[in-house]
Amino acid sequence: MTPAVAAHREATDVERVFREVYGQAVATLVRVFGDITLAEDAVQDAFVVASERWRSDGIPPNPAGWIVTTARNRAIDDFRRSARGRELHEQLDTDPSTPQGLGAEDWEEDGPVSDDQLRLIFTCCHPALRTEHQVALTLRLLGGLSVDEVARSFLVTEPAMAKRLVRAKYKIKAANIPYRVPADADLPERLRSVLSVLYLIYNTGLDDPERAALRSEAIRLARALVELMPDEPEAAGLLALMLLSEARVPARTSEGALVLLRDQDRTNWDRTMIEEGHAIVRACLRRNRPGPFQLQAAIQAVHCDADSFEATDWPQIVALYDQLFSVMPTPVVALNRAIAIGETEGPGAALTALDAIAPDLDHYHLMHAASGTMLRRLGQRDAAKAAYERAAHLAATEADRGFLAQQIEELAEDGPSRSTGRTDRLDHQTKQLR
Amino acid sequence: MSQYLLSTYTVEDEVPGAPATPEEMQTFMERVIALEAEMDASDTFVFGGALHGPDAATVVSSSDGDPVMTDGPFVESKEHIGGFYVINAEDLDAALAWAGKTAEATNHPIEVRPFRATGRVEDWRGEA
Repeated sequence: MTPAVAAHREATDVERVFREVYGQAVATLVRVFGDITLAEDAVQDAFVVASERWRSDGIPPNPAGWIVTTARNRAIDDFRRSARGRELHEQLDTDPSTPQGLGAEDWEEDGPVSDDQLRLIFTCCHPALRTEHQVALTLRLLGGLSVDEVARSFLVTEPAMAKRLVRAKYKIKAANIPYRVPADADLPERLRSVLSVLYLIYNTGLDDPERAALRSEAIRLARALVELMPDEPEAAGLLALMLLSEARVPARTSEGALVLLRDQDRTNWDRTMIEEGHAIVRACLRRNRPGPFQLQAAIQAVHCDADSFEATDWPQIVALYDQLFSVMPTPVVALNRAIAIGETEGPGAALTALDAIAPDLDHYHLMHAASGTMLRRLGQRDAAKAAYERAAHLAATEADRGFLAQQIEELAEDGPSRSTGRTDRLDHQTKQLR
Repeated sequence: MSQYLLSTYTVEDEVPGAPATPEEMQTFMERVIALEAEMDASDTFVFGGALHGPDAATVVSSSDGDPVMTDGPFVESKEHIGGFYVINAEDLDAALAWAGKTAEATNHPIEVRPFRATGRVEDWRGEA
């Protein structure tokens, strides 16, 4: 290995460790300082020191602890040098009551505590913050993404994202949003908000290949959450749902175009991820405390279990959608259930189910795409074309529009009188519940 | 301990969801009195009140030391603050819990705003 290559490898190792320990270090220092901005600045300073020190001395055995200790010491030095700090310090010499975080006894053991990260997740995803602020804070503070990276993830400019983060942190401080794991009574609702933020981050990465890194970030955060809250089956359910979706990403597109579930090359699915996802779903079933994320994961587990589209256990999928609808009665769940009914009872039954939700989802392209598919299977070409055209008009992504244009082209080839043998269905593995 | 303003708004001088019949008014009063008793028992209640409508408002500004009066409210809006509580709460979660109870008792959305500082400026300047 040439020195340049070795140096590069060390540099990337240091970057990787920074990314891994950023959230832990910020979380612990927020507890110590009681202030997010102060904690972030201190961690940035410590990273500057570390990037020099570690490249010569190597990465320490406990990098998070090293960063926290260095960050804390530097912040305290800065604080003492400031006028306000000197004033406080003089008072402390005569006053035995020391403010939290500044007493010498607190300095002894400030190693990263896993509870700190949990506290920070719940603060970032507090329901008093708007969703886009929750997502931005989570990616910045826990994911360790730079402001520019977060900005690019949400297609806004860096100054706009910086402003968003400042506003969110201002509200946390001004309104005194607590830094703690919620009480048991509030936990289910508050956890839902955390899980939704992580799933939103994952799906943002799924919608756009340019933002694929968000998927691994979401999975990493979900994994951390499961470790922190091993008794919460919904957290495990979310992790399984992401893994089972992620496993099929390699087969989802071909040369930029969407490939339907029925046409995917299942040998390209990642078996290791599927096995891990299946194991989590089985553990959830044993616990028997079902919730929306676990049920969605179970549906994906059934898909991943099938060797082919035809071999899918559709009655089981319909049963799981029924169960999901009972805990999460949204039109989008009803849409996915209707599509599954197309496989068990046929397109006529599916259309009846779609009619019931059509008023609620008139502006949702996938509802019209599903109608088009069922109409096509019934041989009603003109009605199918109208539905596909409406779907294409509403679709937001290039991939979706391309896919729908292809359906319309194929309709013309179906011939006037015979109904098509080849059926096109929505890819419910990736599109569900959005 | 922080302090928060919990406020209700009127829309075009009406209170949406306000009691319409004497019976509704009776149960509304009972709910609010019970809420205030709960606030008192936990040392939450600081001050509160219901305001007359914006038509009763006057804006006073100072022009070279001379007061200038304008009839009507400062904000040109359909919505105006109708009533409020000032409460003590440990943190936002506690304040939101009280806002939830207030919204339930009054059948009206409650805006929660933290105080940057309370009391006399002399007491807090240099801190906030």
